[in-house]
Amino acid sequence: MAWDYIIRGFSEAIKMIDDPYVIEIALRSIKVSGVATLMAVAWSIPPSVLIGLKDFPGKWLIKTLINGLMGVPTVIWGLVLYLMFVPVGPLGSLGLLYTEMGISVGQAILITPIIMSIVVDSLESIGSEIKELALTLGADELRASFQVIMESIGGIILAIIAGFNRAIAELGIALMIGGNVYVKGGVYNTRVLTTAIQMYTARAEVSIAIALGIILMGIVLSVNLLSNLIRRWLS
Amino acid sequence: MNKRIKLGFLLILLVVSFSYGCISNSGETTAEKPGVLTISTTTSLYDTGILEKVVAPAFKEKYNIELRFIPKGTGGAILDAKSGASDAILVHALSREQAFMEEGYGVNRKVFAYNFFVIVGPKDDPAGIRGLSVSEALKRIVDYGRSHQNQLVWISRDDGSGTNTKEIALWKDAGFEFEALKNESWFGTTGAGMGNTLLYTSERKAYTLSDIGTYLKYQKEGKIDLDVLVDKGEELINVYAIIIINPEKISGRDFEGAMLLAKWLTSDEGQNAIAEYGKEEFGRPLFYPIVPVLQSQRGEVFKWILKYGFIKDGDKYTECPMKFRYNPGDLSFFEFPASLVEG
Repeated sequence: MAWDYIIRGFSEAIKMIDDPYVIEIALRSIKVSGVATLMAVAWSIPPSVLIGLKDFPGKWLIKTLINGLMGVPTVIWGLVLYLMFVPVGPLGSLGLLYTEMGISVGQAILITPIIMSIVVDSLESIGSEIKELALTLGADELRASFQVIMESIGGIILAIIAGFNRAIAELGIALMIGGNVYVKGGVYNTRVLTTAIQMYTARAEVSIAIALGIILMGIVLSVNLLSNLIRRWLS
Repeated sequence: MNKRIKLGFLLILLVVSFSYGCISNSGETTAEKPGVLTISTTTSLYDTGILEKVVAPAFKEKYNIELRFIPKGTGGAILDAKSGASDAILVHALSREQAFMEEGYGVNRKVFAYNFFVIVGPKDDPAGIRGLSVSEALKRIVDYGRSHQNQLVWISRDDGSGTNTKEIALWKDAGFEFEALKNESWFGTTGAGMGNTLLYTSERKAYTLSDIGTYLKYQKEGKIDLDVLVDKGEELINVYAIIIINPEKISGRDFEGAMLLAKWLTSDEGQNAIAEYGKEEFGRPLFYPIVPVLQSQRGEVFKWILKYGFIKDGDKYTECPMKFRYNPGDLSFFEFPASLVEG
């Protein structure tokens, strides 16, 4: 008895998976979080390489800070960014509130510490040995550093994938900054998978929530699979 | 070296697919972009689907302006508006609307729809409130709750919404303080929208106050199992209004666009759309158009709308007092002599 409506939800969900509306939301999710990941990678990798390969005073403090920021809940980011992005707020003039780009910026900030932390760790774990080896073989400082980055490429890919998966799966920022806006055929829509799942569950429209959930899981799992394939292929 | 070639290959693949994504995307957006209005709205309007399914498509077709609805509850909608995030608000809590306009944020209030609040509860109605007046019913619920301390008897939204504002007023009329009741063990709060609260109330076999629109939609779709137990009483009337953001207080918002929406909602076309929504699906409309009632000036509903949805301005009742009107253009406001209500 109790399982009936879940089973019914699943069978209806399967029929809904290729619905254009569902596809549209899924593609928006991928796009928004993809842009977020690109931004985060662009601004996280250079400082991470610096932190991972160089020794300097206060390094432990920066690493502690990065690790600490990893634990900030998404609703806190959502709240902070809402206060920043509202038109009367300090960043209001950017016009990011209730836009796709607003969600992307928020998610990029959310995943920055995750990407930095993984990249720094992987550089450090491989770093010193390879670097010394390269230096003794006659490479200059720059070349040796480059070699270390090449060796830890697996870790960097892992960082990017972990960042993307975190971004696409988060709800707080997408809801508070995006606002779950949807108008049929609209160009200002911000409804993504997580906000849609939340809304349909609240409205007790279980089947479509399940359909969207299956797609979200599918995206996360295939991205993981892809990253594993790439890492195997590279090593 | 082999690895470097592979990496280079990956990089090229990434760049190509990214630029392909950009190009295929820009293909869509080079077409003329429609305008956009951000409208903060109550959840009771939003959860029925009328805004997304009827208002937004019709308005876009006519003016090529997209409506970005942010469902928040009346309190949240007002906060959004004050921080400059919206062009207009759709709300249903007269006292809060008045305060919003007094503070200078809102102008040109137009009422556009009404329906009724109802007290809903389990079919077997353990507190025995069916058919009573609102105050009587609430008193019985308190009595029943106090003698059944270990279960939830009443669920409140407690989210600063229009429905919650009405609930607080109804408790007060019945002789109870909402803030005090909240601490009693039989009195639950959700802090969530109307839809969520109805689901929870049904789950707990408790009572709650709902707007009829959201209730009908959820009941008809089989999501909840609750009966309307109290629906009589003028104090249960629920008037929805649009308020435009005052461009002198908050800059950068689209005043003209918001005015178009106010006009459309109160036009024949908009009023018909409101009257038709839900008729087919639920057997009766979820909202009633308000303009025909105001034009006819007849019936008890007309008086209730004036009493609970209009503002007294001198010797008149009006939907928007003189001092809150701003460049109305061809937008006109309903006003009636106070004697119609008080006499």
